[in-house]
Amino acid sequence: MTIELGHFALVLAVAIAAVSAVAGLLTWRTGERVSLMIRQGAVLQFVLVAAGFAALVQAFVTSDFSLALAYEHSHSLQPLLFKITSVWGNHEGSMVLWIMILVLMGAAVAMFGRNLPRELMTLVLSIQSLLVAAFGAFTLFTSNPFLRLDPAPIEGQELNPILQDIGLAIHPPLLYTGYVGFSICFSFAVAALISGRIDAAWARWVRPWALLSWCFLTLGIAMGSYWAYYELGWGGWWFWDPVENASFLPWLAGTALLHSALVMEKRSALKIWTIFLSLITFSLSLLGTFMVRSGVLTSVHSFASDPTRGLVILALLAVFIGGAFALFALRAPSLRAGGLFAPVSREGALILNNLFLTTAAAAVLVGTLYPLVLEALTGKTISVGAPFFNLTFGAVIAPLLIVLPFGPFLAWKRGDLIAVTQRLAAAAGAAIFAAILVVALGGGMVSLAPLGLLLGFWVAFGAIAEIIDRIGLGRMPLSTSWHRLVGLPRSAFSTALAHIGVGVSVIGIVTTTAWQLELITTMMPNTTQTIGSYALKFDGVKDVQGENYAAERGLFTVTTPGAADRVMTPERRLYQASGTSTTEASIETYGFTQVYLQLGELGPDGSRVVRAWVKPYITLIWFGAIIMALAGFLSLTDRRLRVGVPRRKTAPAPAE
Amino acid sequence: MKRLIAVLLLIWLAAPALAVDPAEMLKDPALEARARTISAGLRCLVCQNESIDDSDADLAHEIRVLVRQRLLAGDSDTQVVQYLVDRYGEFILLKPVLAPHTLVLWLAAPTLLIVGGVVLFIAARRRRTAGPVALSPDEQQALDDLES
Repeated sequence: MTIELGHFALVLAVAIAAVSAVAGLLTWRTGERVSLMIRQGAVLQFVLVAAGFAALVQAFVTSDFSLALAYEHSHSLQPLLFKITSVWGNHEGSMVLWIMILVLMGAAVAMFGRNLPRELMTLVLSIQSLLVAAFGAFTLFTSNPFLRLDPAPIEGQELNPILQDIGLAIHPPLLYTGYVGFSICFSFAVAALISGRIDAAWARWVRPWALLSWCFLTLGIAMGSYWAYYELGWGGWWFWDPVENASFLPWLAGTALLHSALVMEKRSALKIWTIFLSLITFSLSLLGTFMVRSGVLTSVHSFASDPTRGLVILALLAVFIGGAFALFALRAPSLRAGGLFAPVSREGALILNNLFLTTAAAAVLVGTLYPLVLEALTGKTISVGAPFFNLTFGAVIAPLLIVLPFGPFLAWKRGDLIAVTQRLAAAAGAAIFAAILVVALGGGMVSLAPLGLLLGFWVAFGAIAEIIDRIGLGRMPLSTSWHRLVGLPRSAFSTALAHIGVGVSVIGIVTTTAWQLELITTMMPNTTQTIGSYALKFDGVKDVQGENYAAERGLFTVTTPGAADRVMTPERRLYQASGTSTTEASIETYGFTQVYLQLGELGPDGSRVVRAWVKPYITLIWFGAIIMALAGFLSLTDRRLRVGVPRRKTAPAPAE
Repeated sequence: MKRLIAVLLLIWLAAPALAVDPAEMLKDPALEARARTISAGLRCLVCQNESIDDSDADLAHEIRVLVRQRLLAGDSDTQVVQYLVDRYGEFILLKPVLAPHTLVLWLAAPTLLIVGGVVLFIAARRRRTAGPVALSPDEQQALDDLES
């Protein structure tokens, strides 16, 4: 019964969305009552979709296998957490999650955007409702999660064991919140194009949404990377897999959008470009959804694929992206460009940032789609893999990192490059010193590693130097510096922090790539092998029984100077319901460095294949991403950005 | 396509025999290092976007062994790669060759960067020469009113 109620709730939500979209687009100029109805409808859509989602969760938790979806993707022996995550560990359920976040964003605009002009509010919610109606109908008609089985099977099949992990509980919700959050920017952009009104205030309303989505997307990508790292078993953390690229593309475009919206908000310039980026970011999110959901790329991530669905998604994609860009082509020329500035200025630096980021996104996009297009057009099959992406992406990002620290130092309108270079000299010197130190202490020269390190340190130190410079540390009495520090707007800290995060990630990437140690060997029980400064003693293997799997668990003792001995237990598991076997790596963290251990096959003489890696400072990669996301959240708490909070009239505007 | 799926199923059902195996590694560390570098650039043909160095598929294992055999036979790195391309086609290369059919792939990003840079440069110069925009008649009127 609850399942039918949930089904009905989703149908109703889609119907409300369709009515809202049509009514809103027809009457946005005049209809005051329609506007109110659409706002209430947006909240109602969320309540209804959430109810539908809850009905699914209820069926999975109680192992109600009369629900076809639960039968196909869950099993009564699965731990409770994985019964819940099974809801979105499949195509149908993940579409419902996707739509739930879409309506959540719409409801948030309706509830918190009280100071939006009525026309803009109506248009934004109409576009958002149009998305809900289209993708809701897609879900109901081609991938309905509420279908029943009669008679109900006694036991379900199983969630793919690779997905039976805490990662599935965290990664998709974060990632989808990021992906779908950009729908608000898309709706705002389309609304601006329809109404023809766009100004700095528009940018102020859009930027928090872009920032919020970007934070979640950053965390989602980092989480996905870490999940792949520990789950897939050989310690790679980024594979340039098409599905990873699908999440990385909106991130690159979204990062560009954040920066260009900044220019628009502060200086009223780059209007057309900001609109363009708002459209392209969500278009790339949609493209990502298409690539993952349609099965056009069968990869380790794609747990669902069906060609007919693919065609429908492609059609939706064509309508939304094509429609938005047609509107853009029609209306963009009528938008007036604002704010004048010299090439060497904060604006100029941010434009340069946008040039590099969009080129990087283009490189990834072309590399991802090229094999598909080439095969469709000529029948030729080629592969585009990590070596291509590392080369092209690296070639674009390296210059961006070189110029990055200059940006925040330059003044708006007209900057002084020579003065900035002088103020950055200390940071450059410190970066060179740090890079040399790491290379000298850390194991010598490896091809481009010193340059990579230099870039990482340069970006991080440059960001710190900017704060030091702004508070006049060393130039002024300490008390003055302290007062300045306390008085700095949070956005200044978040800028510096985000850039420090970039530097930290770069450093982690370089150290891991250049100085990773690897040991592939066979070991007899009670023997010891060393890798770097770590001694691995193999104590033997014992059989263990998990809730829904049987495993052989290797027992290792790791000894290293300066740390207590640790026990590592890599496993080889056999999941009983599906007969799938997986390997579970064991990871121990020493500071920022990790030892990664994997248990292999049993040899005829009783020996074991053992694979071990030492990954120096690898956790910096993800810490950097977390710092970036925290910086974003910090910026969201900045008073000046908060939507719905009127600015204090008494406080003077902070000097820029 | 059906055959491919059958192959995929076979691989997944087989117990995971993971990536590079000690038994297949070469005694000579220099030669083994070369084999690893070559392997990292070769695609496991039945996997999605995985190199044979990372893949646990049987076919990846066979190609890894093949690479080492060719190296032992005295082939240079390029000869080994060419040998595999002749047998399996360009599909095996994770880094596509630069040829007419991959021109767009390789040149898209650099072209965009250069064209974008040139457009920005021209726009910046034009902005500098254009100078401030003249006041509209309304604005001029307002200014005149203030001044008088």
